[in-house]
Amino acid sequence: MYRETEIIKDFSTDGNGDMIINVGPQHPATHGVLHLVITLNGETIKKIEPHLGYIHRSIEKMCESLTFRQFIYVTSRMDYLSAHINNHACVLCVEQGMEVEIPPRAQVIRVLMDELTRIASHELWWGAMAMDLGAFTPFFHAFREREAINDIMEETCGARLTMNYNVPGGVVNDLHPNFQKRVKEFLELYKRKVHEYDELLTENVIFINRMKGVGVLSAADAISYGCSGPVARGSGVSCDVRKIYPYEIYDQLAFDEVLETDGDSLARYKVRVKEMNQSIKIIEQLIDNIPEGDFVAKTKNVLKLPKGEYYQRVETARGELGVYIISEGSTMPYRIKFRSPGFSNLSVLDKIARGGKIADLIAMMGTLDLVIPDIDR
Amino acid sequence: MSVKKYIGDAWKGAASLLKGMRRTGYYFTHHKEIITQQYPDNRNELDLPERFKGEVVMPHNENNEHRCTGCQVCELVCPNGSIKVIFKNDLMPDGKKKKAIDKLVYHLDMCTMCNLCVENCPSDAIKMAQTFEHSVFDRNKLKKVLNKPDSKIMDGVE
Repeated sequence: MYRETEIIKDFSTDGNGDMIINVGPQHPATHGVLHLVITLNGETIKKIEPHLGYIHRSIEKMCESLTFRQFIYVTSRMDYLSAHINNHACVLCVEQGMEVEIPPRAQVIRVLMDELTRIASHELWWGAMAMDLGAFTPFFHAFREREAINDIMEETCGARLTMNYNVPGGVVNDLHPNFQKRVKEFLELYKRKVHEYDELLTENVIFINRMKGVGVLSAADAISYGCSGPVARGSGVSCDVRKIYPYEIYDQLAFDEVLETDGDSLARYKVRVKEMNQSIKIIEQLIDNIPEGDFVAKTKNVLKLPKGEYYQRVETARGELGVYIISEGSTMPYRIKFRSPGFSNLSVLDKIARGGKIADLIAMMGTLDLVIPDIDR
Repeated sequence: MSVKKYIGDAWKGAASLLKGMRRTGYYFTHHKEIITQQYPDNRNELDLPERFKGEVVMPHNENNEHRCTGCQVCELVCPNGSIKVIFKNDLMPDGKKKKAIDKLVYHLDMCTMCNLCVENCPSDAIKMAQTFEHSVFDRNKLKKVLNKPDSKIMDGVE
């Protein structure tokens, strides 16, 4: 936490007209309780210090007092926009130790839900980022498609955001009978409406001028700061976990890893918009080929992982999420650690914003796609 | 050349702005494609799917009987401790005492609707209801007793 004395100290050392401005913790442009202490010289940013801890709920410590079946629901509250993918990472990590074969139907259901979650997350980012930049209309257009996905989730999983649909060994319920019909309706809606995204934002001259050349992140910096997901792929770093370390059935699917080489905000924007189309492509491949069979494998009632260490990484909508479990052979994890994509992506903000203007900071923060509960946990 | 480029850029910029405005204008004139719902007014037509997780309830039949045996699985499996089972001793007709549930206390304020209790209940005594408007003025009102007063266990449920 930033103490009062430190702020005064900063003032006294500079003495050349620098101004310190606090953005957040309650600020409409930070989407959560992110506190940025920005040192300004005129309008130019000299330094950004993110101050975290306002929404720290000690999820890692909480997980250590919950059993392997119980702790999965807590992880929905980390990156709440890709809650299903968080759950997916945890069950994959637990299944490593269980040595159980997952039925093919469960694998396909999980991947379908993952990709739907990814589209929903990118839709929300698209609308919210445009709203930060001052355009209010795109928000409603994005939420129209997102609402269709949320309805599908509500019908099959029983909740709209924090689904808790994965269990070790498979999924909780079978797909709702309407699922295929509803997904096809969504695909049709998306394809009919996706050109509006280009009309409203991608081809808009004001938008392009505000994004192009703003917040340039070089590929070397992206690697050294540990960036992942669309932030690193916008700088030309190939880091899609679905391609490099395939899990579930991703190695049998045909989709492209979206790469842009410019490294600026516009490149990161383009990566996410194109990624939505790739997710649509994956859903189209799977929706008519859901294999019959069980949706959950038979597992023991009381789950105990053998002594050892387990690590599993997945690609969430924001980047690489890693789950690391140490088990001592009991029903609860001895230690659990999450490697969240948001934390590394936030740490690069100081690097890309230095020397830029404060008005561009919102564009940079918007394209980093920060989810604060994921950073703090 | 630079003047020509300047005018060209201005022209392109104006065209791109008009393109976006046309899309906005399209929805301004096509009211049927607007999907906004007027929430508190359409409360009666709201149709929530049967799997929707709103709150935990215990269904009773017409004789005020439920299916809960008091096995405490829901209490054990709940990650937040939102369920507490309190027992009593029923006096049977033959003079013997039988253990039965007195109250199944459910703390809605602690519940995260993870569905683990409903999944694990061996006698299907509890289920998720589709209600979602849970706000009350007093926090104590969120502490609920799921079994109705003077309710008994259904015959044949073990």
